[in-house]
Amino acid sequence: MVARANASHIGGALSMADLLAVLYSGVLNIRPEDPVWDSRDRFILSKGHSCTSLYATLALKKFFQIEELESYGKDGSRLMSHISHHVPGVEFSTGSLGHGLPFGCGKALAAKRSGKNWRTFVMLSDGELDEGSNWEAILFAPQHKLDNLVAIVDYNKIQSLGSVADVMELDPLADKFRAFRWGVKEIDGHDHSAIHEALSTLPFEPGKPSCLIAHTLKGKGVDFMENNLQWHYSSPKPDQLAEALRQLETEAN
Amino acid sequence: MRTAFIQELILQARKNPTIFLVVGDLGFSVVEPFAQEFPDRFLNAGVAEQNMTGVAAGLASEGYHVFTYSIANFPTLRCLEQIRNDVCYHSLPVTVVSVGAGMAYGNLGYSHHAVQDLAIMRTLPNITVFSPADPGETRECVQWLSLNPRPSYLRIGKAGEPDLHSVRGIFDGPLRVCEGRPDLAIVATGSVLKLALDFASEQAPEKRPTVFSIPLIKPLSLEFLEKLQSFKKIIALEEHVREGGLFAALCEVLSPTPHIKSISISEEMKNVVGSQDYLRNQAELKEMLNRA
Ligand SMILES: Cc1ncc(C[n+]2csc(CCOP(=O)(O)OP(=O)(O)O)c2C)c(N)n1
Ligand SMILES: [Mg+2]
Repeated sequence: MVARANASHIGGALSMADLLAVLYSGVLNIRPEDPVWDSRDRFILSKGHSCTSLYATLALKKFFQIEELESYGKDGSRLMSHISHHVPGVEFSTGSLGHGLPFGCGKALAAKRSGKNWRTFVMLSDGELDEGSNWEAILFAPQHKLDNLVAIVDYNKIQSLGSVADVMELDPLADKFRAFRWGVKEIDGHDHSAIHEALSTLPFEPGKPSCLIAHTLKGKGVDFMENNLQWHYSSPKPDQLAEALRQLETEAN
Repeated sequence: MRTAFIQELILQARKNPTIFLVVGDLGFSVVEPFAQEFPDRFLNAGVAEQNMTGVAAGLASEGYHVFTYSIANFPTLRCLEQIRNDVCYHSLPVTVVSVGAGMAYGNLGYSHHAVQDLAIMRTLPNITVFSPADPGETRECVQWLSLNPRPSYLRIGKAGEPDLHSVRGIFDGPLRVCEGRPDLAIVATGSVLKLALDFASEQAPEKRPTVFSIPLIKPLSLEFLEKLQSFKKIIALEEHVREGGLFAALCEVLSPTPHIKSISISEEMKNVVGSQDYLRNQAELKEMLNRA
């Protein structure tokens, strides 16, 4: 998709792909045939630039026809290069960073106030934790005991213009969330059983919102993309695409 | 245009030691030459536009002329109150630079379409607003700003826009970039000027409208717009919604005469993506020109 549209942002799409795979095969309570089913869990992609792996996941789950993926980013397509709520299965459009968690807090609060049991999951990037809006939400969620809210941080250690350590260090990140009164777990964000295990008992601590810090690799699965800032921007050339697909398929088998 | 911007900023920064560039975790393969040459006058503030703008105001209050740099609505709407209160109200020399004017980042979706910014930035106090159409106009804006540090907004395209003309003098009134009929003018702001020039070149000489580029959006005065007053009909062309942009600014100053018509982006343009050209087509800017 990224190559066809000559688009950017493959690195962050790959870093969260394993998390999406686990979320959409057992963790999230959803009905692809009824994307707006009342009791579904709400999943919000706050790092909207990484939309390709979510669009692909939703297509594989049959929220829409897989052929539509080919229109990604093209003239007239609803598959915008930042996640769009005009696509079935997508709750919320993002693209401007730092909007997902406050919105997710609102949803979680709505569920609480109306006595509903569904849960809200928000996928965040490490770079967007620079935004003050996220820290306002991180303060808000425990205040309102949003134990039906799960924030997942795709902690790939790279943002747009350098490493997180060089631009705006987040460590010790788990301690920060704990100090803000969240239940926190840290895992390898590419280890499917670890992800599954962590998300199978929610909330992490009674009465608190949960934060899953997933240590990931930007560009995971393609050796020349891994941990390389260039792949926040570049679109693969035909030979790079073939090599990337070969590596991902080998890994999958 | 962003390359022209950074090149000109480097030229100015060599002469002007107060120039400081702050970016919001953006500008890969664009801002590096500045960062390398002036490491003490460069900062990546991270993905945190409110803090970036507050910090810029603080730096400006101590004598720097700070340029904040990000794309689309991030350096403007995201931190609007910091611009309004901290920068404009205190009349501090901060130039907000937004890359990707209008629908230049068309494929990236609605979050990245900057089509309300002129309206909003224009209402702030003490601010000078520039919306250049090409690299040449961009350079002239940066040169002027370096000599006239103040609260300001510079709305530019992205990469690869062609130079459209060589008329200089952004403060001498709208730039007459194509001669034509004395009764019909198209006044365009930003890179969409190209559409007006293409349209004019397709017309027979006696039907060809006179085309003006107007990179200065605020302040506008009757004197500044004098060149336009002899036209019976004016078409305002902008890659922006009708409300509050160029059309509105011209109406505020020139009405009740001459007759001014708006060609702009419809509020409905937000459900699909496409290239800038595609979205301009969808917006029927060209058809509206034909009908106007
Ligand atoms: C408010 C806002 N500011 C700036 C940007 C431009 N931008 C897009 S992605 C990005 C950062 C990419 O790094 P990260 O957030 O860590 O995402 P990931 O590594 O998961 O791809 C930035 C600054 C934006 N989308 N929104
Ligand atoms: Mg990151």
